[in-house]
Amino acid sequence: MRALIRTVSGLYALAIYGFIFLPVVVLVLFSLQATSFPIPPFTGPSLRWYEAVLADTRLTSALVNSLLVAVVSSAVAVTLGFLSAWGFARFALPGSGLMRGLITLPLTVSYLIIGMGLLVLFNWAGVPKSLLAAGIGHVVINLPLCFAIVYSQMGDHQINIERAARDLGAPEWKVLLLITVPVMAPAIFAGFFLSMTFSWDEFVISFLLTRFDTTLPVEIWNLLRSGLNPKTNAVGSLVFAVSIVLVVLFELMLLRRKPA
Amino acid sequence: MSAPLVDISSVSHRFGQHTVLKNVSLKIEPGSYTILLGPSGSGKTTLLSILGGFVKPSEGKVLIRGEDCTAVPPAKRPTTTVFQDYALFPHMSVGSNVGFGLRMRGVDGATRAARAREALALVGLATAFDKKPHQLSGGQRQRVALARALVVEPAVLLLDEPLGALDLKLRRQMQDELKAIQKRVGTAFIHVTHDQEEAMALADHCVVMNDGRIEDEGSPERVYARPATRFSATFMGESTLISGTVTEAKSGKLTVTTKLGSLSVPGTLPAGSTVALAVRPEHLVLGAAGGAVALGTAKVSDVVFQGSFKRVLGTSAADPALHFIAKVPAVSAVQPGDVVAVSCDAGDIILLAD
Amino acid sequence: MNSVNSGRALPWALVTPALGWTLLFFVLPFVAMAVSSLTAHEGGGFTLSNYSQFFANPSYWQAMVNSLQVTAIVTVISVLLAYPFAWILAEQVPERWQRLALMLAVLPFWTSYVVRSYSWLLVLAQNGVVNRALTGSGLFSEPLQLANTRLATITGFVHFFVMLLTLTIFANLKQLSPSYRKAAADLGAGPLRTFLHVVLPLTLPGIMVGAFLTFVLCIGDYITPQILGGNNELLMPQLVMMQIGRRGDFPLASALSIILMAVVTIAYLACARWLKIERA
Repeated sequence: MRALIRTVSGLYALAIYGFIFLPVVVLVLFSLQATSFPIPPFTGPSLRWYEAVLADTRLTSALVNSLLVAVVSSAVAVTLGFLSAWGFARFALPGSGLMRGLITLPLTVSYLIIGMGLLVLFNWAGVPKSLLAAGIGHVVINLPLCFAIVYSQMGDHQINIERAARDLGAPEWKVLLLITVPVMAPAIFAGFFLSMTFSWDEFVISFLLTRFDTTLPVEIWNLLRSGLNPKTNAVGSLVFAVSIVLVVLFELMLLRRKPA
Repeated sequence: MSAPLVDISSVSHRFGQHTVLKNVSLKIEPGSYTILLGPSGSGKTTLLSILGGFVKPSEGKVLIRGEDCTAVPPAKRPTTTVFQDYALFPHMSVGSNVGFGLRMRGVDGATRAARAREALALVGLATAFDKKPHQLSGGQRQRVALARALVVEPAVLLLDEPLGALDLKLRRQMQDELKAIQKRVGTAFIHVTHDQEEAMALADHCVVMNDGRIEDEGSPERVYARPATRFSATFMGESTLISGTVTEAKSGKLTVTTKLGSLSVPGTLPAGSTVALAVRPEHLVLGAAGGAVALGTAKVSDVVFQGSFKRVLGTSAADPALHFIAKVPAVSAVQPGDVVAVSCDAGDIILLAD
Repeated sequence: MNSVNSGRALPWALVTPALGWTLLFFVLPFVAMAVSSLTAHEGGGFTLSNYSQFFANPSYWQAMVNSLQVTAIVTVISVLLAYPFAWILAEQVPERWQRLALMLAVLPFWTSYVVRSYSWLLVLAQNGVVNRALTGSGLFSEPLQLANTRLATITGFVHFFVMLLTLTIFANLKQLSPSYRKAAADLGAGPLRTFLHVVLPLTLPGIMVGAFLTFVLCIGDYITPQILGGNNELLMPQLVMMQIGRRGDFPLASALSIILMAVVTIAYLACARWLKIERA
């Protein structure tokens, strides 16, 4: 019975892993052949299409734009999220539950609708489509996330640690800089990192709110109009590689913190 | 008499609809070790928070060294707190933790380090200066928290269940050390606990709290020997409680009628008052050769071996609702089911007015 | 808590920026969208026609039906596939390999979202690997029409949500104290009964949260149906984007967005009692 469960489990897990990895393997594999179509049979390996991607200034500048938007919007989101989480966790404010609900509300609304709303508003207000507009949208989607992560980590123990600092004579701004920020650093970092990945990957808001200078997902989307194209495979594989490096770094940092 | 170090006058506090402190007044003398003893929900922790400045009382005043501190924030009052969970700063070394208060007072780095080392030496942790809090054991963290609070030389040190997180053996050991450190530095300590043994071992002045009020206060010896209320008779040590009514009162002598018969005790209460008579376990005598006051017979329901003595629980033959708690020598042969005579000496009966 | 603090200015200074941002860039846009949805595309002025069009035009109505069908199918299939997988990772994989096994299981999660859909297009294309395998093995003589179908959309979605749900269900299973299982076994329950009566009920709230998340993300997604499903069959987000892209009809797009949001809200209210998100 146990052996049977193990065998069935093993086969099932293998099948799911296969399903999960199939598209990624196909993507990467056919990015490595020189022919003009990323389809079987495999004729590689060749780095021809990677060279093409790196030579494409539209793609490389979109990559820089994406990084810029991701870093700046995540920094804004995590700063606002952290400050408000601190405020709500530390002080009894009238209507606190309602206000916290408002801040987390965007989590339940799809990106499409957030993007649509901003598009209509900016259209009326005469705000031109730009990376700035997309960045504002990215803060809207990531602020509730950062708030929720930081707020959930502000427990009674953290409250006591801050009380101890105040008790020993620290003014409020020193409590913030010397105690709260360092103690909450893992949550702040997690919020920033998650925001980065969501912003880096976000399509619909950027698609609706940018025009000439745009982000990488939108530029990849533009490439897709030409159908199956090994250049798309190559850029997709590159993006994947960057994400993997980031995730592994994040994992390692978490592991390094573990024994603490 | 000089002015008290801390003078709490008529303090009440409400959390929403719930009143947790009801008109509490208390004076603390310089250099004393005061214990606030009570069950959870008795208001002792709230009272400590009011002293520390973390909670502003709904009513009443707190004077420290003669100054009104009722609304002064924690940072600006001459108190420091040792928190129950120690609240050490996890990202700082032990030395930086201890030096934090001095740093906030603008003391330069070298002086800070020297004084932090001194404070650590005082609590027996001279070698831990460069360690991180997570590398220390519970007892060691406790000492760091103590050193951190003491190094700024507060007028009053507040300790919120400081030994609550430690195991029994370590708790008894830390208890002795706390007392020794307090004697050495001479700072007034105010210490909250629900552990009556801790209270008896440490306190110069013991304050028994229940339901937002002070039930009793005084030296632990006095509170134990002559508790003022039913609550303190049962919370600070155990007691057998015998209910009765005063039927006669003359010239400082009361006759109290109980289901065990009429008992005579010294006191001045009007006839007709309902009272309780309390007897400490070690003062109850089991068996024929007993004390002067006979308390009838009891059927032994349980005998618990406690090492140096046996704790005997019994039910009175005359009143099945009356439970005797007695302490007998470990060699005693008393067994559950035995029927034994119970007695005590007249001087060991404590009169408690209801 | 009635703590003493230095005035009321500081707490408000802390929370106002986040509140202001949310009001300005989330609530206000929503109001703008609501107003726009009540405005005539040609010439402005108040109208309800953007909403009545949705109910009157069968092709619009059909998009909602398609969206609900696809979302329901995706949610059910994803939960059914992910639960056993998460269970295997949590219970059958040795403790020290679990973190790695989980990380691998969600690795493609981190590929770009547009790229992931495109990759499925490669797999399912007329001359893609699946069709090559099928024709090559002699099972089919002609390649199948896999891309640009509802099946392709569902496959793309399920791929994403299996990873997401594996993550949430795994976390849920790991949070269960092993004592529950030991207690059940101790009281005489076999593995199957322990699972049915103890593990499954205790993880159900987590599954509901995951399923709701799947529902919300799936019904609002434009990329996957657009790349994999093509324009043969429209889902709601495609319909919304079409109003903006082809016709610049913001009022109609706004009305359709609000209807879509209303459906999500109804779904939320329907399962709200299972969705208590707590502060840790």
